[in-house]
Amino acid sequence: MPPAYLLIALLGLSTAAYYFGRRKAFALSGRAEGAAKLHSRPTYHGALTALWCGIPALLIFGFWLVFENQVITHLVVKELPEAIRSLAPDRMNLVINDIRNIESGSFASQAAEPAIQAAADHYHRLRSISNHALAAVSIALLTAIAVLVRGRITAGLRARNQVEAILTVLLVACSTIAIFTTIGIILSVLYEAIRFFKVIPITQFLFGLDWSPQMAIRADQVGSSGAFGAVPVFLGTILISAIAMVVAVPIGLMSAIYLSEYAGKRLRAVAKPLIEVLAGIPTVVYGFFAALTVAPVIRDWGSRLGLDVASESALAAGLVMGIMIIPFVSSLSDDFINAVPQSLRDGAYSLGATRSETIRQVIVPAAIPGIIGGVLLAVSRAIGETMIVVMAAGLSANLTVNPLKAVTTVTVQIVTLLVGDQEFDSPKTLAAFALGLILFIVTLCLNVIALYVVRKYREQYE
Amino acid sequence: MLTLTRVDETALAGTMTEIHLKAKGGTDAGRPRVSREKRETVGTVTVENPRMVCRNVNVYYGDKQAIKNVSIDIGCNEVLAMIGPSGCGKSTFIRCLNRMNDTIEGCRVTGDILLDGVNIHDKDVDVVPLRAQVGMVFQKPNPFPKSIYENVAYGPRIHGMARDKSELDAMVETSLKKAGLWEEVKDRMDQPGTGLSGGQQQRLCIARTIAVNPEIILMDEPCSALDPIATSVIEDLIFELRSQYSICIVTHSMQQAARVSQRTAYFHLGDLIEVGPTERIFTNPRHELTQDYITGRFG
Repeated sequence: MPPAYLLIALLGLSTAAYYFGRRKAFALSGRAEGAAKLHSRPTYHGALTALWCGIPALLIFGFWLVFENQVITHLVVKELPEAIRSLAPDRMNLVINDIRNIESGSFASQAAEPAIQAAADHYHRLRSISNHALAAVSIALLTAIAVLVRGRITAGLRARNQVEAILTVLLVACSTIAIFTTIGIILSVLYEAIRFFKVIPITQFLFGLDWSPQMAIRADQVGSSGAFGAVPVFLGTILISAIAMVVAVPIGLMSAIYLSEYAGKRLRAVAKPLIEVLAGIPTVVYGFFAALTVAPVIRDWGSRLGLDVASESALAAGLVMGIMIIPFVSSLSDDFINAVPQSLRDGAYSLGATRSETIRQVIVPAAIPGIIGGVLLAVSRAIGETMIVVMAAGLSANLTVNPLKAVTTVTVQIVTLLVGDQEFDSPKTLAAFALGLILFIVTLCLNVIALYVVRKYREQYE
Repeated sequence: MLTLTRVDETALAGTMTEIHLKAKGGTDAGRPRVSREKRETVGTVTVENPRMVCRNVNVYYGDKQAIKNVSIDIGCNEVLAMIGPSGCGKSTFIRCLNRMNDTIEGCRVTGDILLDGVNIHDKDVDVVPLRAQVGMVFQKPNPFPKSIYENVAYGPRIHGMARDKSELDAMVETSLKKAGLWEEVKDRMDQPGTGLSGGQQQRLCIARTIAVNPEIILMDEPCSALDPIATSVIEDLIFELRSQYSICIVTHSMQQAARVSQRTAYFHLGDLIEVGPTERIFTNPRHELTQDYITGRFG
């Protein structure tokens, strides 16, 4: 039986266990009124039975699948002829791959050595034994528990509490998955970055003013030796993000003020989702909008004014990115402006403040922590934004703050460093991880600060 | 205004005759009360020297009528208490007096509300000076998230009342003194107003209102969020403020109305049922609904 069917069967049996447990509970409650009054409702008894039966079976199923391959491979390797077994580990891996491919039939080895063919057959046999064993063990376990549990379903069983406890564990497990994923990503990036810093000193990376990551791949190749000073790259990111924020913060904030304080209910109901549509446009669309529409327009205007504008200017990428993050600013600001209690507005109005005085002097100051939180989230979004800058910003790392020049960003460099065939131990490739690590740290800090600010503000009015 | 007063009294005539019809042979204390079904205002709504005159005021929220044909005067240097069960329209009515209802969508006010002979709902009346003239204190203390000083200085600032910093300082100090808060906060004027206790916050809001030199102060259940001690401090304050301002206070506490006010108005489901000197309202109400309310039959 293939494992997928077995999984369905196990889930089906667990469902059956639910009805089984529930019926038992109904039977208990029906038999003796009053005296055998159930502690929990029958559905809880059913759910508890299902969980008792299902969870061990599914755990066995999971662990079995995880370790099955290793065990079988180990057994197969033991049976291989001495000549193959004594191969170097990387060659050995190839052989094992061959065996697995032949076994799964996806790779018809035309001239498989008899020894390998035999090993593949052996592998196949072991696997089918394993599958059957798994089916037998898990179903037997499930049934055995069902029989055992039957006796434990009594009127006094605190089924509800136990189900709640199991659910709590489940919820905790789910939330830890997210946390552990984050930790895993940090560790993997950190590991590669440390390898990079072994080759290039971290001070040179953080403070170097020259970025040209081209390295000679072969010893005899003519090429630069590579320079990994990340300052121009980070400066480019900061420049483009700053332009984006200059666009997004005033527009976003003012549209939020208009929508929350001036606009009527009907207009607001239409306009707010429309603004939020901006956040739903794929960034790649923004990318070609920036590269093909905005950049040429800026260059033309620049030349009319007698300015020398690069066709991949930071201004074009920054402007379009700013438009993209308007909804981040406006939506959060709008929420926080709305969260300012009506009583503060009443207070200001009752003193004879006009609407704009009320907004400028009372409402915005009261909402400012939340607005700052929203802006910080938008900044971290802008710094991490990739697609727009890949398409619209340049590749050359110029050390400049002139928005009319082409600059490059951290994300663009990561993309160019990793796209295509790369050697995974050259500093050029590893530099991507170092950049990624710094980028991650920066956005993480921004996010933490933003969330802290936002939470602090929430407490103030609740 | 005089003619208006006359009109009002003739409107009351019907009610009065009914009282007399029922009162045949009875003493004043024992005379029968106006029946629960009647909705005309009982008692004298006018005063000798009114500061604010309201005639036939109706308020609608969309299609729902919240205030029905209410006429009442607010005298100089008096405290007028408005009592009545929840949802009877006291707050709605008081919010008409400085046009705070303008900020509520779908709210419509008809009738005359005269301040210094001018209908405050006229098109050419500016709400900014109106609200400076008619200040308001709310149910929940709502200090701005600014320093104590800035809270009080806010009104004078937006109205450009002070020429320089020292004048503004003086205004803040006077207002805080009038509100009886000066001694408690004079050493921490730069701390946030939201950090004060509830009663202090409410006195700060009163100081903030006083700072713009209003003639009338509207108070919408100013003590309902406060403990008894803070409440009694505010009540003493209201008593003192009466010498300089006209005060209109909405309250749920009949004891409070009895303690602080000279006149009391009883509202019921949007109707002004009875108006009279506070003592008379609480000892000898003429309308059955008023009696029901003050004896605690409902409300």
